Amino acid sequence: MKNNILIIGGGPAGLEASAQLQRMGYNVILIEKSPKLGGHLAKWDRLFPDSVPADEVLGSLLRGAEGVKCFTDTDVRAINRLDKSYNVRLTNGITVLSDAVLVASGFDLFDAVKKEEYGYGIYDQVMTNADLEAYFKTGSDPRIEHPGRIGFAHCVGSRDEKAGCRSCSKVCCATAVKQAIEVKQAFPKAEVYCFYMDLRLFGRHYEDIYLKAQKEYGVRFIRGRVAEVSENYDGTLLVKAEDTVAGKPLKVTLDLLVLMAGMRPSASGKAIGDLLEMQVEEDGYFAVRGGIAAGQRSPIPGIFLAGAATGPKTLPETLADARAAAMEVDRYLTEIFPDAKNYKQLVKERW
Amino acid sequence: MVDFGFTLVPSSRINLDLFDKEKYEELVSMEPDVRICMACGSCTAVCTAGKFVHTSLREAMEDIFNAKTDNALESLRACQLCGKCAMVCPRGINTRHLIMSITKVYSKK
Repeated sequence: MKNNILIIGGGPAGLEASAQLQRMGYNVILIEKSPKLGGHLAKWDRLFPDSVPADEVLGSLLRGAEGVKCFTDTDVRAINRLDKSYNVRLTNGITVLSDAVLVASGFDLFDAVKKEEYGYGIYDQVMTNADLEAYFKTGSDPRIEHPGRIGFAHCVGSRDEKAGCRSCSKVCCATAVKQAIEVKQAFPKAEVYCFYMDLRLFGRHYEDIYLKAQKEYGVRFIRGRVAEVSENYDGTLLVKAEDTVAGKPLKVTLDLLVLMAGMRPSASGKAIGDLLEMQVEEDGYFAVRGGIAAGQRSPIPGIFLAGAATGPKTLPETLADARAAAMEVDRYLTEIFPDAKNYKQLVKERW
Repeated sequence: MVDFGFTLVPSSRINLDLFDKEKYEELVSMEPDVRICMACGSCTAVCTAGKFVHTSLREAMEDIFNAKTDNALESLRACQLCGKCAMVCPRGINTRHLIMSITKVYSKK
């Protein structure tokens, strides 16, 4: 008998792990709560740092996972541990006997409405990074009509203890720089301002796009967090911050303000964590067993983790994490079920 | 109106709506690298004039972006164009040429 593996979450981590585990000869069942595979990637237009179309990346992930049993619109109803395996009841009525469970539940974008001082959902001209990506994807948004001055507010729902989000979301700095460039490409005459505390451009090519934003596109980077936003009579926005380099309070009138909403632990992931009684750290993300050494194993035997379920990650990091998780699952199953007829075992017998 | 001898203190607030885009574009055409300063402060740290008189290219750049160009000129008034700042700039800006360009563009009233 082949081993069954249940993967929860059909985003990049879930898709990549399914592809890898299927190739290793396991029987993979992938469930996704929404009607469509791809997670946040399916809603994004282009990806930093090289502005690769998100559809291309998603397309190759989906092709890799061809042949995997996928259930969309499906969540976990109940789960209980047997001797070595898990008996998982799904919301579509199917019950899966799974020898390993990989939780790839990803993240939710921070709900920008919670930062009331920025006026998302109150003032018309305030939008989020996700709204801007949707605009790039569809080409229409009533808020965007030849904006002359556009601001990006970094760290919305990141590094903000009062909003319950202490951690850095890691990807928003590079996303803001990317979107600032794209906005300048769409509206070359516009003035673009980025309000940041630190620019955390840690990855390969990230510093290059920062330099490009300054040099080729004239994006102005202002060190200082946006403190408050108000609406003028004509619908434009009055934004206040401190320029902490100059050490002076600053104001500017903008036609559009984009809030860089950060990553939060996913709510549906938390529900699954509750069913499994999985340990969650103070930041809301799942705890891993070995810290640095075994970042894809949960403290519970047979339960594995991949992607943003264990904290904010860039897409390449998520994919690498998913591949690592697949290796960890393989190692675990080989130890626990030495007689299972998986690909490796069949190859051994044939020779 | 009777002059009581009181004057208003000019606002210390930065108002980006006052930013003069035309003059800035003139500066960019003379010295395009004005855009790539990342406000690290190396130029100010090594400034020979700065040891004696308040002099800071970093502050001058900030003041230009913040529509306080008179302050910018004041921050560069004591510069002797020795060029030491150009040697330390991590982004390789020709700071000496930049200072001359700033003075040329913003001294015109």
